[in-house]
Amino acid sequence: MISGGIIIVDINIKIGGEAGQGIQTIGSVLSRTFVRDGFYVYGNQFYLSRVRGGHNYFHIRVSDHPVYTLNEKIDILVALDKQTIPDHIEEVKEGFVLTDESTVGDNADAKIVSVPFTEISKDVSGKKLFSNTVAVGAVFGLLCYDLATLKKFLSETFKSKGDEVVEKNIKAAEAGYDYVRNDKFEGICNYNLNPQPTNRRILINGNDSVGVGALAAGVQFLSAYPMTPSTGVMTRVASHADDFNAVVEQAEDEIAAINMAIGASFAGVRAMTTTSGGGFCLMTEGLGLSGITETPIVIFLGQRPGPATGLPTMTEQGDLNFVLHAAQGEFPRCVLAPRTAKDAFYQTIRAFNIAEKYQIPVLILSDQHLADGLFTYERFDTSGLKINRHLLEDRAVGSDYQRYAITKSGLSPRAIPGQNGALVVADSDEHNEAGHIDQTTDNRIRMNEKRLRKVDGLTDEMQMPAIHGIDGADVSLIGWGSSYGPLAEAVDILNHDEVSINLIHFSDIYPLSHNAASILEGLNTTICVENNATGQFARLLRAELGFEVSKKMLRYDGLPFTPQSVIRELKGMEVI
Amino acid sequence: MVTIEDYKNGETEWCPGCGNFNILEAVKRSLVDLGKKPHEVLMVSGIGQSGKLPHYLKCNTFNSLHGRTLPPATGAKVANPELTVIAVGGDGDSYGEGGNHFIHAIRRNPDITLIAHDNQIYGLTKGQASPTSEIGMKTKVQTHGVLHTPFNPLAVAISLDCPFVARGFAGDVEHLSSLISQAISHKGFSLVDILQPCVTFNKLNTYKWYHDRVYKMDDDGHDPANRMAAFEKALEWGDRIPTGVFYKRDSEPFESKLDVLKSGPLTAKQYDSAKLDSVFENFS
Repeated sequence: MISGGIIIVDINIKIGGEAGQGIQTIGSVLSRTFVRDGFYVYGNQFYLSRVRGGHNYFHIRVSDHPVYTLNEKIDILVALDKQTIPDHIEEVKEGFVLTDESTVGDNADAKIVSVPFTEISKDVSGKKLFSNTVAVGAVFGLLCYDLATLKKFLSETFKSKGDEVVEKNIKAAEAGYDYVRNDKFEGICNYNLNPQPTNRRILINGNDSVGVGALAAGVQFLSAYPMTPSTGVMTRVASHADDFNAVVEQAEDEIAAINMAIGASFAGVRAMTTTSGGGFCLMTEGLGLSGITETPIVIFLGQRPGPATGLPTMTEQGDLNFVLHAAQGEFPRCVLAPRTAKDAFYQTIRAFNIAEKYQIPVLILSDQHLADGLFTYERFDTSGLKINRHLLEDRAVGSDYQRYAITKSGLSPRAIPGQNGALVVADSDEHNEAGHIDQTTDNRIRMNEKRLRKVDGLTDEMQMPAIHGIDGADVSLIGWGSSYGPLAEAVDILNHDEVSINLIHFSDIYPLSHNAASILEGLNTTICVENNATGQFARLLRAELGFEVSKKMLRYDGLPFTPQSVIRELKGMEVI
Repeated sequence: MVTIEDYKNGETEWCPGCGNFNILEAVKRSLVDLGKKPHEVLMVSGIGQSGKLPHYLKCNTFNSLHGRTLPPATGAKVANPELTVIAVGGDGDSYGEGGNHFIHAIRRNPDITLIAHDNQIYGLTKGQASPTSEIGMKTKVQTHGVLHTPFNPLAVAISLDCPFVARGFAGDVEHLSSLISQAISHKGFSLVDILQPCVTFNKLNTYKWYHDRVYKMDDDGHDPANRMAAFEKALEWGDRIPTGVFYKRDSEPFESKLDVLKSGPLTAKQYDSAKLDSVFENFS
């Protein structure tokens, strides 16, 4: 749930600069300090496909209510390169630009607060290394914000590097703070921030949530080929693999990645692979292998605009049609598209449980917007965590074991190789109940029907879309996956202004819940909002439910929706 | 006591006289000689006539995709190193479609034995050239004869320092079985490339053609510890074709290097959700 009302504290900070200048570091220090002080932060980044140079930015939004999306207005713009000011100054309506002389250029403007980051760093430490910490201090100076939490955070972060580094960082932050407070900005404080320190909150992005969700679900094998924007999941699982008895292997290519994971799953552990659309192209053959051998696998796909290499670091919801239809033949699959980082955690756990229960491939469809989006939550509740492997126990296996025994539910009891007494035979060819090749037509019909019967049980488990905003609205937005934050906030803002609008948002994409149709049928004007150019989800609704949306709002410039962009478009469509 | 009977399974679909029969026989003998019980063995195969071999054995089987024999075999071995994992593929499977996996499996070095049925032809698709076909071999597709240099699996494997590299001949079951046994027993990735006449499509590399040429390197006093000598032997092809163990060295397999596997297979580990608390510390 979004706050359901209008946000009181809403401070937006954008840090712009070249790759390699430490934009992320500044963003991370600021965000985590605010989170520790009891604020809700949402952050996201825009970056280019290069290691150094170019123009990137990191956006942080600070609020006293949960926030799940960006705001287009900027209160403080930190310019680390010359490009930042002309590119973003229009977004700074009533705020300030923090910069040093080297980046001011010809942009003489009252909003510009020039702070010599490097010089101050050298003054207090003898090195320019701490200029980013000076910038952080200067931001807090503009906000007249207490430095206590920041100092504590810096102490913890740099503890391993020794007291001197800690001390210099703190001095650098204080000097940046004082410079702004004393010399440039005396007595002006428009921001009422009331810190309430807490240690229960976390700041987590979509990729990390998927990684932690996988660990929580008991993943023990992850093989992947690194690909933006999915790599964070692989990195997260790798960094805790030893503690969770898991192996992470960087495969030679995506074909190997998915096939290795399938092999590990067949041998008895929970396994996953991570990729983006281009890598998934190579995996489609393995997807079908999972389908016909009924070997569970979880595939995380972080979408980015395509085709081919596309826009490697930007966002799009362009691979829905692809994942629904990938691989030849017909077999059951499940597609889940998390809405937020928290949803990503629980959906990932669900993905593993569904994959093993139904012995099918489950796809977690994310995108760069969610992958890199930083969300603030209370620590996730894992007390209700349930892991059911749906494996046959040793005492239940026998010499007459048949991997593909025909059952009413379509689910065959699953043993794993190595269990004494039973032999497990799996085959990518059409096979009989024992797992051996069988090309007879009768067998083909029986086996195909057995596999497809699993869809009945699976569909029963699919969740309804979330409904946000007022009931019986004149206008309903329909969305899926990572667009939840911007769409829900757009609805909140409009509801506050007494516009009759709500949001119907899907996270369980395929198969669609049995009851989704009944919700949709009762709606008035419906607008399907998607980050793609062809309305792929609208098409799914038409194909699966026979439901035709009234209008589509499509964005495909590589950027996510914002609440403001959605409201502008709705006005342009003259539906509100 | 494990016997050949324990591994017997069903009717085959191979052409009469196919070299695959002897390979199947050699595999069975090796498993019996090594005292492996069927439930301890996992055979992973690709697609093609070679890919059917595990179906004619009683053991755990994962029949995968064309060329993808080694990745699932690797995943399974990591999940449960207690399984004896044997990968079975043809020359198209192992060296063509799966060429990249072949190279990287050797680099990764899981304790898996690859048994490559190398008949220098694509049999299941009715007689096109394979990566190991000789230059000039004419087929319905290669109408002017094969133009490409044959892939040399042994030389490639030795160049990558593969811990066990051998070549057998399907016409000599006893020798082949001994090579397979040695390969399975050797720690790390082991390759047994098998010269296997295709009686239907390969009219060039026939039983007679091989019988006239193959010889056992052991008889010549080849030292498999000598990598340079092994490489030279791997390049020998023509009037005389060497068989036997070309190269072997001690190695630490991939899965043995993984700390988490030192206390037993992944499949036997208990899940501990208490560790999640410390993970969340990273985000506060």
